[in-house]
Amino acid sequence: MVMQSGGGAEYDGNLLSGPLADVFAVEVTTAVARCGGCGLSSVVAELAVYGPDPGLVARCPGCADVLLRLVRTPDSVWLDLSGTSTLRVPIPESERPDLAQT
Amino acid sequence: MARAAVPGGLRVRRTWRPATLVDRRIETPSARTLVLEVEGWAGHLPGQHVDVRLTAEDGYQTSRSYSLAAPADGARLELTVQRTAGGEVSPFLADELAPGDQVEVRGPLGGWFVWRPEEVGPVLLVAGGSGVVPLMAMVRARAGVSRAPFRLVYSVRAPEDRIYAPELRRRAQEDGGLDVAYVYTRAAPEDDPRPAGRIRAEDLVAHGWPPDFEPTCYVCGPTPFVEAVAGLLVAQGHPSDRIRTERFGGVS
Repeated sequence: MVMQSGGGAEYDGNLLSGPLADVFAVEVTTAVARCGGCGLSSVVAELAVYGPDPGLVARCPGCADVLLRLVRTPDSVWLDLSGTSTLRVPIPESERPDLAQT
Repeated sequence: MARAAVPGGLRVRRTWRPATLVDRRIETPSARTLVLEVEGWAGHLPGQHVDVRLTAEDGYQTSRSYSLAAPADGARLELTVQRTAGGEVSPFLADELAPGDQVEVRGPLGGWFVWRPEEVGPVLLVAGGSGVVPLMAMVRARAGVSRAPFRLVYSVRAPEDRIYAPELRRRAQEDGGLDVAYVYTRAAPEDDPRPAGRIRAEDLVAHGWPPDFEPTCYVCGPTPFVEAVAGLLVAQGHPSDRIRTERFGGVS
């Protein structure tokens, strides 16, 4: 996916890998996020990311709506996904059911 | 076993682990390669990165992401750090961290901007400045393992800014199927027929792959560079789902 309106974001979603590992057990940057605003589906790695201080903000490359905000406080990690309608996380091939045997 | 899908298991990725500087190499006047030893490092894919965390004596912490520059050598991993004037972290890592000193790292991180040696198709790598680092990890991982044809187009301001120049010259001769071309934006060598200037469509036509070769394109560099190159590739007919990008905003 090629960003249509990076609009000056310094980073992209690749940067979210470590911070999201605090919350999720799987690598989320390869997941597909669907924008609750315009409906565009984007790989998380290709979102327009601003930050890192005071927090990380990821915007839709299509319409620039905020899809994700991630803020650390001394005792918590706050994750706001209210702009994301769905997050489709791929299951590694080695963990998929073996259809040939069923 | 399914659990082996993530090297080292799931928990390791998010755990900060001590990393000891064992060697450093000068790459350019402003870039240094740091060789770090991390006990129990279980390997990584070319294109992945680590987060590096520094802790000050008063407890203040700050972290930055750095691409891994080479395949893992046991517990040793390599980062190449470009010093950013006035930056908080990169001048310290580039100039002050001494052999024996420790930082913390977590990773390996990222799964999108990666090349897997079992992928046989042609690859176009387009680097802007220190964006060459994760692409160099792909070039190094390919050697002796893969015959996938690689073309690297590397944009730098001037000849002295080329990171890995001697190794790239050697690999272009010895690693079959690797082509390397430089695009100089401010000062070109005298014998370069191309006048200095930003990367253009003609550069990617001359040194890249035609779209019908269906290459996977990896583009890494500062955000304006990445967006310009991705736009040029799309205009040439490369489908956007074959273009993988990594942007960094001048890591400070």
